Amino acid sequence: MHPLIRRLHRTLSNHIDSFLLICTMILISLGLAVLFSASDENLAKVGSQVVNIAVACVVMWAIANVPPHQLMRFALPLYVAGLVLLIGVALFGEISNGARRWLNLGITRIQPSELMKIAVPLMLAWYFDRHESALGLKNYAIAAAILLVPVLLIARQPDLGTAILIASSGFFVLFFAGLSWKILGGLFVSGLASLPILWSVLHDYQKKRLLTLIDPSQDPLGAGYHTIQSMIALGSGGPVGKGWLHGTQAHLDFLPEHTTDFIFAVFSEEFGLIGNLFLIFLYSLVIARGLSIAARAPTLFSRLMAGSITMTFFTYCFVNMGMVSGILPVVGVPLPLISYGGTSMVTMLLGFGILMSIHTHKKLVKT
Amino acid sequence: MKEKVEIRDHQREMRAFRLRLGLSAGFILFFFLLLVSRFFYLQVIQHEHFKTLAENNRISIVPITPNRGLILDRNGIVLARNFSAYTLEITPSKVKNLNKTIDELSKYVEISPSDKRRFRRLLDDSHSFESLPIRTRLKDEEVARFAVNNFRFPGVEIHARLFRQYPDGELTSPFLGYIGRINDDDLDKIDAAGDTANYKGTDYIGKMGIEQSFEKQLHGTTGFDQVEVDSSGREVRTLSRNPPISGDIVTLTIDSKLQEIAEKAFGDFRGALVAIDPNNGEILAFVSKPGFDPNLFVEGIDNQSWQALNNSPDKPLLNRALHAEYPPGSTFKPFMALAGLQLHARSPTDTISDPGYFELPGQSHHYRDWKPGGHGMVDLHKSIVVSCDTYYYGLANLLGIDKIHDFISQFGFGKKTGIDIGGELSGVLPSAEWKMKRYKQKWYAGDTIPVGIGQGYDLVTPLQLAFATAILASDGNAYKPHLVESVRNSKTGKIEKTASAFLYKLDIDPNYLADVRSAMVDVTKPGGTAPRVGEGAPYEVAAKTGTAQVIGIKQGEKYVASNIQERYRDHALLIAYAPADHPRIALAILVENGGHGGTTAGPIARQLMDYYLLDKLPQEKVNQEKINAPAD
Repeated sequence: MHPLIRRLHRTLSNHIDSFLLICTMILISLGLAVLFSASDENLAKVGSQVVNIAVACVVMWAIANVPPHQLMRFALPLYVAGLVLLIGVALFGEISNGARRWLNLGITRIQPSELMKIAVPLMLAWYFDRHESALGLKNYAIAAAILLVPVLLIARQPDLGTAILIASSGFFVLFFAGLSWKILGGLFVSGLASLPILWSVLHDYQKKRLLTLIDPSQDPLGAGYHTIQSMIALGSGGPVGKGWLHGTQAHLDFLPEHTTDFIFAVFSEEFGLIGNLFLIFLYSLVIARGLSIAARAPTLFSRLMAGSITMTFFTYCFVNMGMVSGILPVVGVPLPLISYGGTSMVTMLLGFGILMSIHTHKKLVKT
Repeated sequence: MKEKVEIRDHQREMRAFRLRLGLSAGFILFFFLLLVSRFFYLQVIQHEHFKTLAENNRISIVPITPNRGLILDRNGIVLARNFSAYTLEITPSKVKNLNKTIDELSKYVEISPSDKRRFRRLLDDSHSFESLPIRTRLKDEEVARFAVNNFRFPGVEIHARLFRQYPDGELTSPFLGYIGRINDDDLDKIDAAGDTANYKGTDYIGKMGIEQSFEKQLHGTTGFDQVEVDSSGREVRTLSRNPPISGDIVTLTIDSKLQEIAEKAFGDFRGALVAIDPNNGEILAFVSKPGFDPNLFVEGIDNQSWQALNNSPDKPLLNRALHAEYPPGSTFKPFMALAGLQLHARSPTDTISDPGYFELPGQSHHYRDWKPGGHGMVDLHKSIVVSCDTYYYGLANLLGIDKIHDFISQFGFGKKTGIDIGGELSGVLPSAEWKMKRYKQKWYAGDTIPVGIGQGYDLVTPLQLAFATAILASDGNAYKPHLVESVRNSKTGKIEKTASAFLYKLDIDPNYLADVRSAMVDVTKPGGTAPRVGEGAPYEVAAKTGTAQVIGIKQGEKYVASNIQERYRDHALLIAYAPADHPRIALAILVENGGHGGTTAGPIARQLMDYYLLDKLPQEKVNQEKINAPAD
């Protein structure tokens, strides 16, 4: 091999975890194949997803090359900026589809809640790392506040899906930071107790989604339609599926959002139970790798980040597949690495970039 | 604090962290297994169920409307057929501003004010999700012009549709009826009959006449395309096809040429005519004048035309042959005569003296004969030939109403004939029981007297009168009058003849029948009341004239036709059959406000018989009259 190419290769792959990369690439390729089918063989759409992937890969590579302690320095400014933007949204945000989620900055429209998906766990991990030497109850209370302020702002938009995802990513940080079992138990019990209160503050459409989960046939053309059609897609796929490009539910347009949030229904219809098992297997490999990186991470910050990123990734997978298969209400959560869309792809790979950074820089520290 | 730092040793912290990681892994495993079991439930256990649901989603059944069966006359001439035409149709629920859309459309396709009026009426009668024609029979260039601009008109489409056409229009409407758009009442009937599936895709249904009564046969069996559809219902491809079966071909007993002659013979008179073959009950001609063009109803009639038809004093929508009741007048007398003979009230040779009126014993009321001063000595034969009223006043009094009712009802008076189209009235053949039921009054002897001459409570439909005449002509053999000769099953190709229409034979002495026949033959000879019917005919005609009063004439007043408004003049009636010895045609004619039966109805009967028995067209005669006209 030419030394120049070798150097280039080393520069590129130095901080890349090849196991994670391979699993990710298999999932992404699978996603492109499903997208090709789900978009009615629209190559332009697949092409634009390839661009999304390319951008996300560059982000991943770039982040992987930043050592964790450098990343920590972004935590506070990123979090504060996100919070300011969220308040901006609450005050001046644009309303689309009945929710105030976007902020028009003149040049471009942004959705600050996306930023918070990374900023919140980063901030919390940074905070715990700073106070590692003496973690007390007060610290957990402050952490809870750091977590809850943006979550409530986002839930108010309303964007329950994102709020839940951010809340869980923050919760995982707290959990891995060693939140005592007593408090966890207490949270669990008070959570159960506050369900009726939670119910009363839910928006009508959110209640409807929960109700249709119990019995989707109640409103088959309204709120239940998504769930019914996606369950039909899954069920009719059967054990081995209808074959790639042969899903009738997707191709005849019965499935809503079939390139984004409901792409799993297309996958499942065409590849069946076997395809689903394979997909869960791949996700499990990614998660296992993430957990093992967390287990071997040298600093509290990197452990918390790795743990939270991995668990959040799992949450995405579970919530999306649960929603499509009708055991969870319909919330706007994409299927990681498969759903069409640049934002979620970048968020995912950015997370993986942090995982890789944690993993590869640990080695460098050792040597 | 020191203790606390000691507790927080690195190893222990790592162990705690790894424990939580392990717990997380277990948590993940649990939830992934939950998902897997959900997948197993949906994709293996419930697979068949969801497969069916997906198929139901995907596959839609599209009905293919069958061609409606043809209707032919007895000689195979087509009376009702179908033609295919492009129609411009609007689905009102898909159009925002209907008026604006129609205005816009008229830039590409000619839309006349009457089209708009017709559309308005359709709109009132239909559901907004139905596709309603605004224009029918588009020209090819109109189709092309619209097709280019179709995208500008959501909810507007061009369809190729089959339309019903009645080539003879008004001539055939009394018995063919017509088809019209299915309305809510029709839908209820279709549902009740369990035919809902077969009417998917059908817009029209028989509303009257043969079209209505033979709807089942004419409609045919709807075919179905199995098509794959997308979620918006658009067809993607056809999976299988189950072709429709056309409606059966219905052949009528009507002779359309005879029908035409009869219709023309009426000229401008209103009235009705029914001609029956007395040997089997086949209806040869069935006229109601004036008629209406049934083609108007097929494409949906506009309000103005509808109002014009409905409000016309000539009542063109009234089926006078079937759905109108008139006093039979003197045409009732031959049946009365038979009642007198068969019930031994009078023998053929019994004579009465006619002073020009009849009185009931002990009453001063005069039941007047039409001839002031009377007919002198009258026996049975003469009573029919000169149509003596006094003879029948007396006979009615002798028999009494219940005997009259029981005997004469055998000729079908007072009840429906059972003809194979709907809308028939049953007329009135009065009895004491009937009066009690109808008016809650007892029957008076005075009520019986006018019944003897077909007045009073007597009412018949022209169809009933023709049926009775046919029974008379066939020496008491009653055949149910019917319009359908056979139905050709489109599926099997088998021709099913209408089952024998024989009903019953009347128990009447043949000699009495012969007496009445010979008198009726003499009615058409010089000295009878209808000499023009028999004049110069190479066959003998038996007939009886009648005159039905439209308004009552007071005691002591005289009926002078010229003094009375045309619409209150008497109705002219005639019953006849020929040849008298072996009758092949029996008929009843009613001419509204036609005055005397022999004069106005006679020539009509003669033209019919000449054509039917001799193949002689009336044209020659008409021309002769035209040539002679200036000389008068």
